[in-house]
Amino acid sequence: MTRMRGRVAIVGAAESDEMGRLPHKSAFALHAEAARNALADAGLEKDDVDAVFTAGLWMASEAAEYLGLRPRYVDGTQIGGCSFIAHVEHAMGAIAAGLCEVALITHGESGASRVAMPGMRFGPDSVRLQFEAPFGLAGPPTGYALAAARHMHEFGTTSEQLAEVAVATRKWAALNPRAAMRDPLTVDDVLASRMISWPLHLLDCCLVTDAGGAVVVTSAERARDLPKRPVYVLGTGEASTHVIVSQMPDFARWDAARIAGERAFAMAGVAPADVDVAMLYDAFTIVPIMALEALGFCKPGEGGPFVAGQRTAPGGAFPMNTNGGGLSYTHTGMYGIFTLIEAVWQLRGECGARQVPDCRVALCHGLGGMFSAAATLVASTDV
Amino acid sequence: MSDHAGPLPVPTPETRRYWEAARRHVLELPRCRACGHRFFYPRAACPRCLSADLEWVQASGRGTLHTFTVVHRGARDFPLGTPYVIAIVELAEGPRLMTNLVDVEPDPARLRIGMPVEVVFADVSADVALPRFRPARA
Repeated sequence: MTRMRGRVAIVGAAESDEMGRLPHKSAFALHAEAARNALADAGLEKDDVDAVFTAGLWMASEAAEYLGLRPRYVDGTQIGGCSFIAHVEHAMGAIAAGLCEVALITHGESGASRVAMPGMRFGPDSVRLQFEAPFGLAGPPTGYALAAARHMHEFGTTSEQLAEVAVATRKWAALNPRAAMRDPLTVDDVLASRMISWPLHLLDCCLVTDAGGAVVVTSAERARDLPKRPVYVLGTGEASTHVIVSQMPDFARWDAARIAGERAFAMAGVAPADVDVAMLYDAFTIVPIMALEALGFCKPGEGGPFVAGQRTAPGGAFPMNTNGGGLSYTHTGMYGIFTLIEAVWQLRGECGARQVPDCRVALCHGLGGMFSAAATLVASTDV
Repeated sequence: MSDHAGPLPVPTPETRRYWEAARRHVLELPRCRACGHRFFYPRAACPRCLSADLEWVQASGRGTLHTFTVVHRGARDFPLGTPYVIAIVELAEGPRLMTNLVDVEPDPARLRIGMPVEVVFADVSADVALPRFRPARA
């Protein structure tokens, strides 16, 4: 497993030209912007790409067609918003096996405006429509609330601790000109915001936006010939335990994250204490709290106290979600690609006002479904 | 009879028996004859050992409130007005299922994870009864 350490590097990372509410752009237009920008960032041409990775309700080859690519390797693994982090692992395996050389991992989603988005395909005889929908499951907040309530019950986690995540993340967003929500926020603001699904308030929930993002992955050898400092992939892990929330094995613990994280750290040969910046998918405030526990940054049940006192905010001891996260920067629906982009920029020292000093090791951790899947990646400019 | 304009389950071959029992206000669970595992939702293969040698057993209809949420922004066309309670109930037989907690105030301060609950069927159409749960009375 450790023989994969440092074998590939992320050599390009970029957002779409525009982010936010973009009714004038289709999901595929956002793919195209992000892909073009990521290739330019990598110093590569479109024709260098021989592998395409994407996730969505489309076939991955639809994105390739739109981009005019004819890849010899296509991966449409779809395990939710963390898929793009898992794609790096898959690209690593494919590149190491000699099946491809330059992998474009691309995301474009018209999450808010719904332009050229595929519809949901669940029929009335699907498992989720038989065993969850008849009870009024109202989208992701309801499912995550079930985990948050159990976490509070078992560990004494409080609404104030959940709110600390939203407040700290907003402080990072204020330093990111591309973040959608940059006005100051207080714990009281979060607690006073409309209840969506107890115990989750509106401001415990992520944004819904239109945006694209892409990264380019290639072999370490080729990466060294490219203009920017390679961001080496030191370790990766992924896991899937269920899909629908009622099948969650343990509502207070994120099993998939623990499994993915253990492998990523072992492959990388680093420990949680070595991480300089953590990009933890924050679809809801409870998610990074449970990720911190599952990944070993703190013990089970200690995620609430861990984030208290604005520890994850700018100037705090634990820089987390420095782009402003899904809570305040952007959240298209499948946010995972943006954890990779920010990690690359932090490791290269390109983050301006929000740059974490001496940032050598970054961790990206993604969420899929209803705590259903996870993908973890450890990266560094040092190999 | 029908209080339900929302989504109604359409059975598949492996779930038909469950929904037919529910229509008779009986809660049944699949059990694996090979390994003894009782599970939910119904499948054509045991999720523990993959055996297809399965049988149906009647459940007690009793369990505990494992976790819950009070939904304020509800699903479109869902017939229970907001706020309503979505619960995960852990059945006495082991498996967990999603349901609604009814006959209670939808107030987190008045609900307690771990409280005993019992099934109560709601006839939501001529063909479908949904297993909901209420605080146990006995």
